[in-house]
Amino acid sequence: MPRHDRDTAPPTAPGGPARLAVEGATVRYDKRVVSEELTVRIPDGSFTAIIGPNGCGKSTLLRALARVIEPSAGHVLLDGRRIGEYRAKEVARLLGLLPQSSAAPDGIRVADLVARGRAPYQSLLQQWRASDEEAVAAALEATRLTGLSHRLVDELSGGQRQRVWVAMLLAQETPVVLLDEPTTFLDIAHQYELMELFRGLHEAGRTIVAVLHDLNQAARYAQHLIVMRDGRVVTTGTPAEVVTPELIERVFGLRALVVPDPVTGTPSVVPLDPRTARP
Amino acid sequence: MTPRRPPRRGAEGELGGVAFGYAVRTLRGPWFSGRVPARGVAVTAVLALLAAASALVAISLGNYLIPVEQVAAILVGGGEEFERMIVLDWRLPVALAAVVFGALLGVGGAIFQSLTRNPLGSPDIIGFDAGSYTGVVITMLVVGTTGYWPVAAASLAGGLATAFVVYVLAYRRGVQGFRLIIVGIAVSAALGSVNAYLITRAEINDAMTVGFWGAGSLTRVSWTSMLPSLVVAALIVVAALLLSRDLRRLELGDDVAVTQGGRPNRARLALMVTGVATVALVTAAAGPIGFVALVAPQLARRVTRSAGAGLCGAAAMGAALLSGAHLLSLLIDRFYRPVPVGLITVCLGGLYLIRLLVRETRRQYGPPR
Repeated sequence: MPRHDRDTAPPTAPGGPARLAVEGATVRYDKRVVSEELTVRIPDGSFTAIIGPNGCGKSTLLRALARVIEPSAGHVLLDGRRIGEYRAKEVARLLGLLPQSSAAPDGIRVADLVARGRAPYQSLLQQWRASDEEAVAAALEATRLTGLSHRLVDELSGGQRQRVWVAMLLAQETPVVLLDEPTTFLDIAHQYELMELFRGLHEAGRTIVAVLHDLNQAARYAQHLIVMRDGRVVTTGTPAEVVTPELIERVFGLRALVVPDPVTGTPSVVPLDPRTARP
Repeated sequence: MTPRRPPRRGAEGELGGVAFGYAVRTLRGPWFSGRVPARGVAVTAVLALLAAASALVAISLGNYLIPVEQVAAILVGGGEEFERMIVLDWRLPVALAAVVFGALLGVGGAIFQSLTRNPLGSPDIIGFDAGSYTGVVITMLVVGTTGYWPVAAASLAGGLATAFVVYVLAYRRGVQGFRLIIVGIAVSAALGSVNAYLITRAEINDAMTVGFWGAGSLTRVSWTSMLPSLVVAALIVVAALLLSRDLRRLELGDDVAVTQGGRPNRARLALMVTGVATVALVTAAAGPIGFVALVAPQLARRVTRSAGAGLCGAAAMGAALLSGAHLLSLLIDRFYRPVPVGLITVCLGGLYLIRLLVRETRRQYGPPR
């Protein structure tokens, strides 16, 4: 993937130049303002997790980054350039989104759905180049779906279905990947399987931004956390800097211990029992 | 082909070949590449042949019978003067209308069912052809003209105005398919009463004309209305083909459509105008022909076993259905009395609608499977 000239990039956030940034943005649905004066930087090549309580505006932020909703003030920058100035297809080759919930067309098969991820590379006459086929095959392979590619999506289990959507996103071959609660509704084994897949993508050089509910997962896989509450960014930083008992109480209103994860050493949140905890 | 059958390689043995679960031909050239589902192509071809065959037989039927071989000979330039006139000037435009209008209705149905993501979301159910018909009735009764272009323009305007009203009434932070359908059915019913009222106010002769028009009949189609219809139909088909990629993107939801490089709102507007145009064109020339738009895309999807909106399959199925219904109406005429083709499609389509409603209701409110 061609990367854009860094000379024009805005001042960099800690951890590298900003691949994607939101500057002084107001984001709203109709009249309801979700965030005002929001400024966020996504360092290039980072695995960034956005965390915060329900309704804090984290999914809305992700959708603004994905250009799904346009800020009514301020702007979103992709590689230092306003995202609205790009051609739609150009953006689609740079960033892809896994939405919170998706509906597959009735009766579609796995390979057909994954192949839809190639839309940004296709034109009216060029519908299925060799590169399209290779990308789809690679995406199926990476999500361990090669053996299921001929199956109907409706017949798959929840975990398999989520992998199909991830495969569609991979077929899009974007250097930036946005994930909206990718592990919600999956059992614990499928959750970690998927998170490992994202870790692999990150190690292969992609910039990943994920809205996550599970703080321990966020701390384990991301190096950069954005903590939100009431539509504002409370703090940002590495998991070790950010995940503290004070912050958990301030943001989530939950009293908890933060202990090192026995496996990875990353911070891990253990809620206190409200009946026995002393103030 | 059942899904359990072992996968067949898409591009045989080729490196990076993807198994799609059905027979696919991969075409690659310097300017063109594509995936062609074998079954879809075969089914579409068979349906097109059926449509053409029904049309041929339909041309041979009438008060003056002309054997099918003779019809074929006339179509390629032979035959005697009198039969040539009957075939080429009188019957050909009607038979052609059945094929072309059927295809258009199939396309219109496929577009709207895909936009609303509901098999009930076809323009005849959600009131767009009632709106087109209202436009036609007003033009004929109030303005008093029956010229092709004024009627066609009024039909399009009526359809678009109805689409706009339905869209606005159903709008609540975006338009959700099911609400659009419910609002559409209500608007359709309201327009039905408007149409009925206008007809009661009309002169007896006008009321007869408009009433017969309202049943949806191809018999009044002649070259004067068919030639412009063909031109407009060609434009609509080109527009639909250009928009088919947007339609496929919209099937995955607006969020995905945007991140795959689409512009959902603009695409949806263009698709709605194109879809309304298909219905308006048919209504202007033949009156509202119900249920073809509802049935054709769904039947096509079942026989081609493809996912999503297949415009070509829906068009071929629509052509075969309406051409077949036209043939049936001529046969009934021969043994009983004239019946407008719109009544036949309504009767057959009504049965399908009952089945569909029963199944949809069971799926939503029935016992868990």
